[in-house]
Amino acid sequence: MEYMNKTIEELHELLKSGKVTSKELINESLERSHEIQEKCNAFVTIMDDAKETNVTDNLLSGIPYGIKDNYSTKGILSTGSSNTLKDYIPFFNATAIENLDKSGAVPVNKTVMDEFGMGGTGTTGHTGIVRNPWDLSRMCAGSSAGSACAVAAGVYPYATGSDTGDSIRKPAAYCGIVGYKPTYGMISRYGLFAFASSLDHCGVLTRSVKDAAIVVDNMKGIDKNDMTTWDSSNMHLYDSIDGKVTGKKLCYIKELCDINMYPNASNELKEHLSNFNKALDKCKSLGMEVCEVSIDKTLLNALASVYVVISCAEATSNMSNLTGFIFGPRGEGNNYIDMMKDYRTRGFSPLIKRRFIIGSYVLQAQNKDRYFHNAQRVRRLLVDEWNKLFEEFDAVILPVGSGPAKHLDGSLDILDSNTTALEEHLQVGNFGGFPSITIPDGFVDNLPVALNITGKCYDDINVLNIAYALEEAMDYKNKIAKEVK
Amino acid sequence: MDKYKVLIGLEMHCEISETNTKVFSSAANTYTDIPNSNIRPVDMGFPGTLPVVNKMAVEKALMASIALNCKQPEYIYFERKNYYYPDLPKGFQITQETKPAPVGIYGELKYEVNSEIKKVRINNIHLEEDAASSDHYSKYSTINYNRAGVPLLELVTYPDFRNADEAVAFLEAMRSIYQYAGISEADSRKGQIRCDVNVSIMDSSLDEAKEENWGTKVEIKNVNSFGGVRDAINYEIERQIELKRTGQYDSMEQQTRRWDEESMSTIYMRSKVDAIDYKYFVEPNIPKFKISSEWIEKIKSMIPVFALERKEKYINEYGLSNYDATILVKEKSISDFYDETIFLGADPKLSSNWMTTMVLGYLNKHELNISDIYLTPKMLVDIIKMIEEGKISSKQSKDVFYKVIEDEKEPSKVVSESGMKQIGDEDTIRKIVVEVIEAHLELIEDYRKGKNVFDFFVGQVMKATRGQANPGITARIIKEEIDKR
Repeated sequence: MEYMNKTIEELHELLKSGKVTSKELINESLERSHEIQEKCNAFVTIMDDAKETNVTDNLLSGIPYGIKDNYSTKGILSTGSSNTLKDYIPFFNATAIENLDKSGAVPVNKTVMDEFGMGGTGTTGHTGIVRNPWDLSRMCAGSSAGSACAVAAGVYPYATGSDTGDSIRKPAAYCGIVGYKPTYGMISRYGLFAFASSLDHCGVLTRSVKDAAIVVDNMKGIDKNDMTTWDSSNMHLYDSIDGKVTGKKLCYIKELCDINMYPNASNELKEHLSNFNKALDKCKSLGMEVCEVSIDKTLLNALASVYVVISCAEATSNMSNLTGFIFGPRGEGNNYIDMMKDYRTRGFSPLIKRRFIIGSYVLQAQNKDRYFHNAQRVRRLLVDEWNKLFEEFDAVILPVGSGPAKHLDGSLDILDSNTTALEEHLQVGNFGGFPSITIPDGFVDNLPVALNITGKCYDDINVLNIAYALEEAMDYKNKIAKEVK
Repeated sequence: MDKYKVLIGLEMHCEISETNTKVFSSAANTYTDIPNSNIRPVDMGFPGTLPVVNKMAVEKALMASIALNCKQPEYIYFERKNYYYPDLPKGFQITQETKPAPVGIYGELKYEVNSEIKKVRINNIHLEEDAASSDHYSKYSTINYNRAGVPLLELVTYPDFRNADEAVAFLEAMRSIYQYAGISEADSRKGQIRCDVNVSIMDSSLDEAKEENWGTKVEIKNVNSFGGVRDAINYEIERQIELKRTGQYDSMEQQTRRWDEESMSTIYMRSKVDAIDYKYFVEPNIPKFKISSEWIEKIKSMIPVFALERKEKYINEYGLSNYDATILVKEKSISDFYDETIFLGADPKLSSNWMTTMVLGYLNKHELNISDIYLTPKMLVDIIKMIEEGKISSKQSKDVFYKVIEDEKEPSKVVSESGMKQIGDEDTIRKIVVEVIEAHLELIEDYRKGKNVFDFFVGQVMKATRGQANPGITARIIKEEIDKR
């Protein structure tokens, strides 16, 4: 009997009725971890000594899960998939992990990511590339690559992720699972290795919307260690999911979704958008109203640059604590500058160094207004634009990316500059701190593709409900990755 | 020197010592000799840690802002100042810049220098975190993170000082304000005060109101005592005048120097061209927060009357000498004690005499604070009144004073228990006087011959009354009785 392909609700029932024990679940999950590690390289650490917990009324008790390696875990290696922290064992838990601990959840591994979350491919971690369990020649996207891979491959029902641009929601799409980042500040970031603090969100990757709601219910909460958290104790996400969506109003953006916007559209893109349109039809059949809206293309095209400027600026500052003096392997040299340079030169991958240079450049006195402040202004314009949509609509529904998972060998993908905004639009969810969830909406070339639903801040319940109703109306829930090629 | 005008500006850093915890960390804000004992993960920049603002520190900073007659901002923001140094574990310091506005801008302060009142304009005052402290040895350095995160106030003046006396008098006035307001002990021996000094000279004939006439600004960093400030300013003025004299002044570039205590000279550090670009940006982990007018009002009500104002009152209303008034306002606790005695009805001059001689003499001798001794303002007033009413002699009053403190008893109790009452009753005294005179009638002749026998008779009366006879009354009656014969 396999259990790790089941939902949290199902596992809880089985545990409660004594049909399976926490120990058995953990053993299966660990076994599966080693298999997937062989195939996909999804983990930095597998906790073979993971201990079962008591089964309580908490839905997560006794059930194994995975932790992205940028969460600080007490006594467990936490590298952020970077050589700069390759030996770092924290002495405190991230608040979100502490909360899951209290729920009785059992972490069984730490998942590979793009180094410090800075990447969208799952190929830049210090332990090597993560492969997509549906097709080992393709990427999982990133940065929560290992988490997405493991959940899709049925290692456990959920893994934590973090999302600064689309780092939960893009890999979820490429791996055919659900990726949810709640409103900014619902889950404490204390103990999450900072990438770009104003954009960083904690969240989760699961195989169903309800599971996502259950996990976030247990991760969230106001935290005295994170001033950006807010009190959500009266929000019960899982209990609030009722699937009632009749009369809800959705909109999609013409400039992103209309196939006519892409003169050189690939077959994959065509199929992806046609899938999306079928999902819109489902929405209508569920009694929701679906409208097409239009947003200035110039603004949409600025999105990716805004993200680069702000995220790189914050990242270069956030990662200035990495000097190798207090933690991390100390560099060599005759003075502190040389020691630090040696540590950072050897520790960071070229991709990150490039981003640090961009970040420093845009913050320099002579460039700051032109780049950093302008990026902040455009960020505000984009957020205002989305907030205007939320005045009229319950949520914005959009396709994720331009098709299924990209090849690890980049030369196999056709580059199409027209699709930049389509690839990057999820970043608006980070600009505004909006609740945003990706769910699978079909297959292209036997590989999963997905759509995303984003709502206004603090409206997580509405977003989850719409996603849940649509998920129920489609047939892509709780799919375990089967190697297709 | 009269050929040149000197323009001096100060940057004064003062640690806020009167908060329980550090400014962005829950570690204790107390001075300790044990290195690295007052630290939390955030003070060492561990990955994932976040700053949390200490409201008390903001309150103290606003108090300083109000005391300096600055304008307070509508919202509080913090910014990151990014640079690398081993004593800066995060790689940035959380501080406030001028845009957005810090806790105070554009203030002014009256201060006294050589009995003259001067005014200095304040550019801004801001709240920030202190760095760790380091000690350098020949082969290694040590870092102590106790100081990392201690709240620090930095105030920046305009170049309104014309000589070292003014600059030092201002620093002393500020130290007094910080102490009076309960913001800081402001103890430079504990490293709580550090200054940067700007010095430039210009030809006296030019109009100093025009900035283009100002000389080249030289900044002297890290002057850690008021004496050092005086010496550094005087050294730097001489150095710059010498450059003028030798024709080298015009080629001097704007620069940063440091004060070297050992050689008593300023040493070149870097030119303006090499100034560090700190890449400031708003700290994203601290949401901006509104300063309510209620809060400001509450803080205003907590600000005491400062030393300068008290001193003016002591001199103008109470008729005290400048010397005594200066002594009384040096410490707020002493001045408060004194004010209370006046409030309780003591004569200001008598009370001042008691305070400056007996009270401060006792405290200094035993190295105590006024709060450490049993004596209260009420008790001092009681002693003073007992003398005024002739109940005890002034000689006795000193014994009472010491007994009150040492035996921890009320003055009236001390007096009654020791039988230490003054005889003020005229009949009683007259009786004794007559007895004494009649026993020494031969002296009356001497008296008529112009010999001084007066003191002898007083001594005899005192002897007979064990010192309890009121000296004034005794003297008068002796004279009367002698004249009768």
